[in-house]
Amino acid sequence: MNLILFTFIVLLGFTSYYFGRRKAYTIQSTNKRLTALPQFYGYYLAIWCAIPAFIIFSLWAIFEPTIVKLLILSDYSNQGYLDDELNLIYEKTKALSRGQFTGEITPFIEASAEKYLSLRSIAQSSKAVIVLSIIIASVAYAYKKISSNSKTREPVEKFFKAVLFTASLAAILTTVGIVFSLIFQTIDFFKVIPLFDFVFGTHWYPAKAFVRDSSEALDPTMYSDTFGAVPIFAGTFFIAFIAMCVAIPIGLMSGIYLAEYASVKVRQYAKPLIEILAGIPTVVYGFFAALTVGPFLKEIGNSMGLDVSAESALAAGGVMGIMIIPFISSLSDDVITSVPQSLRDGSYAMGATKSETIKKVIFPAALPGIVGSILLGVSRAIGETMIVVMASGLAANLTLNPLESTSTITAQIVVILIGDQAFGDPKTQAAFALGMSLFLVTLCLNIVALRVVKKYREKYE
Amino acid sequence: MNKNKEQLLNKRYKAEKRFRLYGQSAIFMALLFLTIFIFKIFSTGYSAFQKTWLIVPVTFDAELMMLEQNPSKEDLKDADYYDIALKSMADLDPNANEDQENELKRMVSYFFEREIKRELLNDPSLIGKTKDVYLTASDDLDQVFKGNYPRDLPEDQRRVTDYQLKIFDQLVELGKVESKFNLSFFTYPDSREAELAGIASSFMGSIFSILVCLMIAFPVAVLAAIYLEEFAPKNRFTDFIEVNINNLAAVPSIVFGLLGLGILLAVFQLPRSTPLVGGITLSLMTLPTIIIACRASLKAVPPSIREAALAMGASKMQTTMHHTVPLSMPGTLSGTIIGLAQALGETAPLILIGMVAFVNTIPGSPLDPAASLPVQIYIWAESAERGFVEKVSACIMVLLGFLIIMNLFAQIIRHKFEKKWS
Repeated sequence: MNLILFTFIVLLGFTSYYFGRRKAYTIQSTNKRLTALPQFYGYYLAIWCAIPAFIIFSLWAIFEPTIVKLLILSDYSNQGYLDDELNLIYEKTKALSRGQFTGEITPFIEASAEKYLSLRSIAQSSKAVIVLSIIIASVAYAYKKISSNSKTREPVEKFFKAVLFTASLAAILTTVGIVFSLIFQTIDFFKVIPLFDFVFGTHWYPAKAFVRDSSEALDPTMYSDTFGAVPIFAGTFFIAFIAMCVAIPIGLMSGIYLAEYASVKVRQYAKPLIEILAGIPTVVYGFFAALTVGPFLKEIGNSMGLDVSAESALAAGGVMGIMIIPFISSLSDDVITSVPQSLRDGSYAMGATKSETIKKVIFPAALPGIVGSILLGVSRAIGETMIVVMASGLAANLTLNPLESTSTITAQIVVILIGDQAFGDPKTQAAFALGMSLFLVTLCLNIVALRVVKKYREKYE
Repeated sequence: MNKNKEQLLNKRYKAEKRFRLYGQSAIFMALLFLTIFIFKIFSTGYSAFQKTWLIVPVTFDAELMMLEQNPSKEDLKDADYYDIALKSMADLDPNANEDQENELKRMVSYFFEREIKRELLNDPSLIGKTKDVYLTASDDLDQVFKGNYPRDLPEDQRRVTDYQLKIFDQLVELGKVESKFNLSFFTYPDSREAELAGIASSFMGSIFSILVCLMIAFPVAVLAAIYLEEFAPKNRFTDFIEVNINNLAAVPSIVFGLLGLGILLAVFQLPRSTPLVGGITLSLMTLPTIIIACRASLKAVPPSIREAALAMGASKMQTTMHHTVPLSMPGTLSGTIIGLAQALGETAPLILIGMVAFVNTIPGSPLDPAASLPVQIYIWAESAERGFVEKVSACIMVLLGFLIIMNLFAQIIRHKFEKKWS
């Protein structure tokens, strides 16, 4: 029904475009000058046709369920039901009217279901009637209004500009959405678990929260020593550190080589090849780390008499480092190429070799940009999920031994939220609290990195 | 003194060479990783494109199938195939006892009944006759035939029994085992049995998600980019939008998953595990990528084009819509494709919104529960069965193939259609 009405509105929009344009042509044929091109008359009419209709349409969609619910439940209003019971009755009514009801059918609910169905059909038909009459009214109004000296281009362009502006708000809305989705669960979480315990506790054992029977009241003391996030934070930074130990030397040196030494031909082939590494999905890296690198490290460790876990931090961090190489190499390549040639020429003129020029002149000049690229790499390492989920352990050990398994923020979020979640459970809320801390940390890193890179660019442009 | 200078110079030249070598080895290392990586995936994955079949003689005994004389097509469809299927497997070894018959049955997939049925439906005149039928071998025997199975393990540590191996080897010697192209890998949905698992369900899930993502992200991103590049006044608010976009581009993908879970599923009550929700989540992630690409290519259109249009009396909106935007489309489109390729490889947010559920039907619309290719990789990689290892690699090959095609396409659009202004 909604779909039919929707298509109908769209079709009417097209028709009114056609009528508007035809009216403009008729005016033109009487040798009067138009103030805008004929198609603007068409757009004008089409906008008048579709926009009021869509507004009514969406308002209806928002308010109809609430009103229907009120009307249905008004029958039960003076019988002393609690809110929860009323909600249950309403759900039962809806289920019955869809024919999906299982259980005992009481006459009351049957009556409500019938009422529900009739209300719905009244609502649907009145919606169609109202939307159509709105369309007719507004199109008639606009059609009458357009004449040879009426302004059509300005309102149409203003409308388009408003649409463009609304689209640009999408980025802000997404950020707001992220903050909203995280903040409420996080606040609820910290109502049960003190912030202090979360930030400084050293035992992370969320599975314990599962044991709780949902009918029992929440007892905060139960959760002491359950949600201490120190091992998680430590593991996250530890794995990111290992990754950067791999990515910084290789990425930076290849960036320098590509920018300063490589011939055009080498650069032409090597640069896109290295960037392939950035295009490989992370789940593929995760599989590679878990299937190949982990067992390989374990074997080497065993042959040297070391006890290496098959899911070691080293395997996950090392593979993550490979993934980050192209980010650092291509960003530092850009930064180095944008150092002005005059600095190089000056250094060569003083007799410096190429490597001396790079180390003593170009590198210091490019340092802010390079630091920015490294910070972006760190932010990526901290937020990386699949490699850690698949290749590193899921138990949160507080350790600095790269051969043992550790866990990270992202891995814990996945572990907690995979499968069914119960909102309102401290365990689920813990995942959102972890997400919040992840968001904040990466936000700070990103803002600092982007600012540094921007400052640097401005310096040489 | 002179000698000292020469030594110093030599030292400096050596340092120069060393530095150069560091650079070369860094590039070499990066490329080495890439090569090992690709090699590893291909060497474990290529065998999944072959599937092992056992050729078993089946006697279509009307009595065992509970069929009357001259059965109609409907009768054939409703007939009981389990008994003749069981009997034909048991007949492989006439001396088998009950346990061994059971083991014989487990040499083929549980689809064997359906495979026999299909054979008869294709040719109803087979009733009462015996015919060699191709039956899908169990995943373990499939691995044995491909040489990936450690046959020398003690019997109690492997899933294939000595007896099954003996019969299998006899069949191999008789030429009754055949390896053919694994079409079912592409046409079957996911399954718990490795030999029957295919990528059709997750592939459709990926396609639907990407379509939803494209339909939302592309228009919004292009409109936003046009506003920011052509119309936005330079003020605090515009700067704020810009900071938001740049920041969103670097937010970890899993945070978008939390957004999908906390807003789309919990607040808007959209159906869990569906490509619709997955696509919306991915579109929020792709948005900044497309906006940035579109702005860059709008910026690359020279001001002279705009000035010429304005000089001819076009309004700002007409100039933008008729001249600037069409000229920027190649760059925008290639940026969009690259953004979609990223979205196609994304896993973590989809796991959080429940697209990790086991789905053994092929989804027909974005509102059916589905997995996606990367999530399928994750699901299979977590399965213990040996047969899934090569499936994972093969699925990765398919995914990488798509990513390569998309990126090539983006390159072609960029090089072929983009105007070079000089």
